[in-house]
Amino acid sequence: MIEIDKICKRYGETVVVDNVSLAIPRGGVIGIVGPNGAGKSTLLSLTSRLIKPTSGAIRVDGLDVSKAPNRDLARRLSVMRQENHVAARLTVGDLVAFGRFPHNRGRPTREDAERVKAAIDFVGMETMADRFLDQLSGGQRQRAFVAMALAQDADYALFDEPLNNLDIHHAVSMMRLFRRMGDQPGKTVIVVLHDLNVAAAYADRVVVMQAGRVVSDGRPTEVITRTLLSDVFRVEGDVMEIDGRRVVNVAP
Amino acid sequence: MPPERVRSVRLVTVAVTLLAGLSMIAFMTVGVRGSWSFVLAHRGVRLAALITVAYAIALSTVLFQTLTGNRILTPAVMGFDALFLLLQTTLVAALGSAGAVAIDPRLLFSVECLVMVGLSGLLFRLLFRGEDRNLPLVVLSGLLFGALFRSLSSFLQRVMDPNDFLVLQGRAFASFNVVDPALIGVAALLAVMATIIVLPRLSELDVLVLGRQRATGLGVDTTRLSAIVFALVAILVSASTALVGPTTFFGLLVANLAYLLVPSARHASVLPVAVGLAVMTLVGGQMLLERLLGFGTALSIVIDFVGGITFLLILFRAGRR
Repeated sequence: MIEIDKICKRYGETVVVDNVSLAIPRGGVIGIVGPNGAGKSTLLSLTSRLIKPTSGAIRVDGLDVSKAPNRDLARRLSVMRQENHVAARLTVGDLVAFGRFPHNRGRPTREDAERVKAAIDFVGMETMADRFLDQLSGGQRQRAFVAMALAQDADYALFDEPLNNLDIHHAVSMMRLFRRMGDQPGKTVIVVLHDLNVAAAYADRVVVMQAGRVVSDGRPTEVITRTLLSDVFRVEGDVMEIDGRRVVNVAP
Repeated sequence: MPPERVRSVRLVTVAVTLLAGLSMIAFMTVGVRGSWSFVLAHRGVRLAALITVAYAIALSTVLFQTLTGNRILTPAVMGFDALFLLLQTTLVAALGSAGAVAIDPRLLFSVECLVMVGLSGLLFRLLFRGEDRNLPLVVLSGLLFGALFRSLSSFLQRVMDPNDFLVLQGRAFASFNVVDPALIGVAALLAVMATIIVLPRLSELDVLVLGRQRATGLGVDTTRLSAIVFALVAILVSASTALVGPTTFFGLLVANLAYLLVPSARHASVLPVAVGLAVMTLVGGQMLLERLLGFGTALSIVIDFVGGITFLLILFRAGRR
């Protein structure tokens, strides 16, 4: 269970995350949607202790993320951020192997090697394991970072816009992968998404953010409505129901 | 790591070690005339100093670059050795020549080291604080700080008592040709201590290559690790500067050559090669200049010339990306 308790983040005068409280129980896929600049990524970074909140607290399974030992947290919670540049020359295999660091502290076992290989296979990069990251396309690099998060095998996996740079084939296989992860017992996937149709198709729960606040929260069928489109995203469009799931259609 | 990369890492390491060993033997034996025992003892002291310096510079540069997440800046480019010189000058100016001579140079050096750790820590905070930083700005401010420290020391040297200046000259203007033998032992001890502290943290440093935030996400206590490693860098820079004075581009040169040669980002693979390259360049270069070119020029000039060009090349390449 992740408990976000009255969290605020300000940069000078600008309030990026404004008094957000959220409880995320174990299990399933949670999509966070919202317009650009709504504070989705900041909320994710706060939850994964990469930045410090101005006020408020976040607990993961009862551990306060600002106080608990980093090692313990890294085994419970993994995070993949948007920016995926690395200064050093690393191969895909090297990168994914870092995902095992919280478990082996730099001494890989045979089990680690197997998990790394499995993670690389999972994202369909088995032929590219020895390629250097700077020789890959943006989408391939993205998948390599997802494989690293997979190898970390944390109970809570956070992804910040993992579908950036991906073509439709890889976007769909990545969302299916998240779905499978979220269906495993005790595993939770929290993912920032842009495409409402993707959120509607794969998420169990959709959290909508706007101007630093959570404005809507619930099952996709409850949240994705015409008022959401007009009030939060400021577009006029239809929300239809096809095969029991919501589909957004915005007129060109 | 796939076996062919393991093999090529090993190949590079063995080759560099062999060459470093060869340059050491050459340094000790080329052009010996007269009493072997005298020459070997005399050269042995200098060899020890050069190796200590090479080791300290290579280690401190690679650690610093991992810590700051870039391959352009080095402690020397950021003016850390100039800071150490300023410290020495200030101490002699404040204590006076009588006071400075009365104190054991090793004690003085230890005090200088401690102050250096504090001061450079401050400088580091100033330049590298915050979550995203502007690398060109940091490069420029580092160069400016270096110039500031150098000008301040030369100002102090101009206004100080001539007797004090003579004492300072004996201490601070060490070069590759003249090293202070009293300090070799202390400097070597510091380098060994730094190694003992850094060895168990190498795998955490490997993770730090991914960037501070990702390393945090993977369970590395980056604040603590940075503080420890940064203190070590300051100590290593003090050790090498006390022995041979400032070496602006030397660390940059060997560190980047090592990154280029070693097909792995693991510190356990990169560091030995960087150290080997440093020993090879310093000991071999000094031997060549002394024995073949008859002290025609100073090694530091050659190194700064080649290193400066390398620095510019790296800067241009980084700019194009």
